[in-house]
This record gives sequence, structure tokens and C-alpha cells, in this order.
Amino acid sequence: MSMINTKDILETIKMIEEEHLDIRTITMGISLRDLASDDVNVLADKIYDKVTCRAENLVATGEQIERELGIPIINKRISVTPIAMIGAVTRANSYVPLAKALDRAASATGVNFVGGFSALVQKGFAKGDEILLHSIPEALAETSLVCSSVNVASTKAGINLDAVGLMGRIIKQTAELTRDNNSMGCSKLVVFANAVDDNPFMAGAFHGIGEPETVVNVGVSGPGVVQSAIRRAGDCSIGEVAEVIKKTAFKITRMGQLVGALASQRLGVPFGIVDLSLAPTPAIGDSVARILEEVGLEVCGGCGTTAILAMLNDAVKKGGVMASSSVGGLSGAFIPVSEDEGMIAAAQSGALTLEKLEAMTAVCSVGIDMVAVPGDTSAEVIAGLIADEMAIGVVNAKTTAVRVIPAIGKKVGDMVEFGGLLGAAPIMPIATGSPARFISRGGRIPAPIQSLKN
Amino acid sequence: MRAVITVVGKDRTGIIAKISDTLYQRGVNIVDISQNVMEDMFAMVMLVNIDKCTVEFSALADLLDKDGEALGMKIHTMHEDIFDAMHKI
Repeated sequence: MSMINTKDILETIKMIEEEHLDIRTITMGISLRDLASDDVNVLADKIYDKVTCRAENLVATGEQIERELGIPIINKRISVTPIAMIGAVTRANSYVPLAKALDRAASATGVNFVGGFSALVQKGFAKGDEILLHSIPEALAETSLVCSSVNVASTKAGINLDAVGLMGRIIKQTAELTRDNNSMGCSKLVVFANAVDDNPFMAGAFHGIGEPETVVNVGVSGPGVVQSAIRRAGDCSIGEVAEVIKKTAFKITRMGQLVGALASQRLGVPFGIVDLSLAPTPAIGDSVARILEEVGLEVCGGCGTTAILAMLNDAVKKGGVMASSSVGGLSGAFIPVSEDEGMIAAAQSGALTLEKLEAMTAVCSVGIDMVAVPGDTSAEVIAGLIADEMAIGVVNAKTTAVRVIPAIGKKVGDMVEFGGLLGAAPIMPIATGSPARFISRGGRIPAPIQSLKN
Repeated sequence: MRAVITVVGKDRTGIIAKISDTLYQRGVNIVDISQNVMEDMFAMVMLVNIDKCTVEFSALADLLDKDGEALGMKIHTMHEDIFDAMHKI
């Protein structure tokens, strides 16, 4: 038997060269729970010191692995303990200084994002939570690398409608404060139901409270590889398409597992999980929408879209789960509109609507993601959109999220440019009937019967 | 430790000579070579042992990249691990 299997080797190289196969992110989770001071500025310095110390070698190690394996590792990132919990020990009434410390630490370590300017408020607000939420607009306006997320619902707790209403207003304020920059702040702000503790992807990454002191999580990518494999499979039954996707997901995930294991070993940090999500980019040939079309849709967003997405999401998990020692994070197909060339085209042509996107989120991770709506959309309508999306997550016991950009000064038909991996989004129409009375009721939607599993 | 070097491009003279000279100069041992020429496209896969390589892996990859540029071909130098991970259970 020859030691060289030329076919396999050339297949791998083709995936990397032509089909955009890459490791999307190596994310180092860092616990900040041992840091405390009643002076917010002292705490900020402690956060900076700890993050820069722990993540000192992250970027260099990532680049070294990238070079040795010949596989691009697009992002190196950091996630930290939700800042609301850390900030609560201070006497401060704003956590913006903590966001700025994270921003400086991200710059110093060379990572491209730091996540965890976050709060978990699904059942109510503890000390620190409301302060954090009210700090979000200014924090995102005055930093460039900090990402924020707020968990407002869970299957176990139900939906915190007070938090949903507040997040509607926070999103609008963030859009206003960053209006000169295309309301860019909102692209770094996620509202979650059932947020996960070990998500390596931004903007929703934070280092959960059950996590170890430090951890390395890996997010793989590969929509282009899946699309090419389906194309090569030609005219076959949908069951065979699912098989092709499973095999491809297996190979992609094995690569993620290898990179994660190497990074863990070299950084001296435990390996957490591989996140199996298919994460698109705005580049041609790296689109989840185009996978759905390859399976047999004239255009993404048409009837049949949800069914194909459900099959894709399931096949990716089935293929990936055996390839990794530990799968976690969000693990599914992402459908961020602005970050996916095919989604952008479908939304621009009107084929893909917000209502269809909402249906799609019932069968995949993770939600209404990177969707731009008119800048005059009211805070209550945004809160209503969040509430609907949270309900899908809570009832189906899955993660859902809303990352919506009310682009100030823009209207339906305009485009809003974010640049880089965040891409560009067409402003999509949103139903304007007001849910104001519902949102203003406040309180909490009780946990559904599905929560009673014990 | 072993690495896989792949060379793809338009066939011409001196491809193997140039690459094997670069490897020889840095103490890299060639374990196996497989090559195909289809019409005028040349594809070579080389398995090498880099235990006694006198330069860092990234420096070796850079040198081979330069060879590739000189030859007008695309050369990839990657650890064997990635292929094992993706294609073997």
C-alpha cells in the first residue's frame, strides 16, 4: 500500500484553496470570577491584566498552527465571564470602564473580538444586571472589539418580558449612538434565549459560569465545501444528499478537533468543544443560502427553504458528532443575512423575508441574525421581534437569538455596509403593527410545560 | 514528524530537481513521491520526514513557496496530521 493517498491529499487542498475551508475561530474562554474591587477602575485594571496575561500567546499560537497545518484560522478571540456578575461587586453605576479595559486587552493581545459584556437575566435582574444593560449603548459606541450579549429567556425560566422590552430600547439607543458608523454597534449585540456557556462564535460568546478557569473552544466553517460536495453528488435522492453532508461535516470537524487539540496542548489550556456550526462569510462560494439552493431551490427564502435547512442542520450535527471528542457551542447552520452572499442576494430581491427567516430559525441555530431593518422601527416592534424569537427558542428547547440593526436614517431598499466578515445588509421590511401594550405589561412569560422534565 | 508537500501547475523541466535540492540542503528526507501528469498539468505529492530538518517548519514552507514562485507552480507544505485527521478514522 502506498503511503501517499493522492486523492485524499488533493481533496483537502482543494477544499482549502477553492472551497473556503477554514477554521473560523479559536476562542479562549477566561474566567474573571476571582477578580473583585469596589472601585470600578481598579477592577478594570485587574481585568486587563488577567486577560492579557492568559491570552498572551493565543494569536501567535494560532498563527503557528495555521502555518504548520496549512489551514487558515480566520479569527482568534477571547470570551470572559459575563461582566454583569463581575461588575456587581463595584459601587459603579456604569460598566463602560470595564468594556474599555476589555477593548484594550483585545488590542494588546491581537485578537479581533472579545465577548462577554453580558448579563443573564432570563428570570430577573440581580444587582449589576440592569447597570450592565444600561451601559451597553455607550460601551459599544466607545469600543471597537467588545461584543455584548444578554440572555433574556430560557426553557427553564420562561421569557423575561421586562428584559425584552428594555433590550428593544437598548438596541435603539445603540443604533443611535453609533449612527455615524452605520449603527454598527448593533452588529455586536445579541439577545439570546437558552444562551450556551461555551459558544466560540461572536457576537454571542461569553465564558459561562460552569466553565473551567480557562478553556479553548473551536468553531469550524465550510459552507463552500458542503455546497461543492452536493454539486458533485448530482441528481440523487434527498437521503443521499444528507449522507454527503454528513461525510463532509465529519471531515471538517476532524480538522477542528485537530486544531483545538493542538491549540490546547501548546497553550496549556484545557480543550473545551468544537462548535459544528456552518458559518458563512460574504465571500462568493462560502454561503449557507447557496447550499439550500444547490439542493434544489430557485432562490433561498422560497417554499421548501425551511425543510432543506432542517435536513442540513441535522446532517451537519450527525456527521460532526463522531468526529470530535466534545461537541458544543451552538452547532448548527448559521443564517446571518449580512454575512452570507446568497442571503444578501435573496433579501435584496425580496425572495427572503423576515417572516421566512423567523420560520427558518425554528430548525437551525441561531436566529434572526445580522438583519437590518428601517431606522425608524420602534423599540416596541424590536422588542416584539425579540419576544417572538425567544418563544421559538424556549418552546423548542434550543438556542435562538436576535441580532438586529435598526439602521438610523435608512429605509427599505437601502443597503448598510459593515465591512469585513460582517458584510452588508439590505434593509428589510418589518411588520409595523405595534406590540406596545403587550411589551408594556412586563413581568415574565412562565416557563413552558416542556421545562418540567424531572 | 512528517509533512506532505504538494506541487500543482503546468509541467516543465526541473520541478523535482529544484524542490529536492531545497529539501536536501535542509536535511529533509523524502519518504515517498507520487506524481501524475495529465495533459500538461503536473501534480506531485511528496511525503517527507522533517525530524532532522535544520530550519523551522515555517521557514521550510517559506523556502518551498519561493521555489513554487520561481517554477510558476503552487506548492503547499503541510503537516501530515491534517490529512490523517480528515481522512482516517
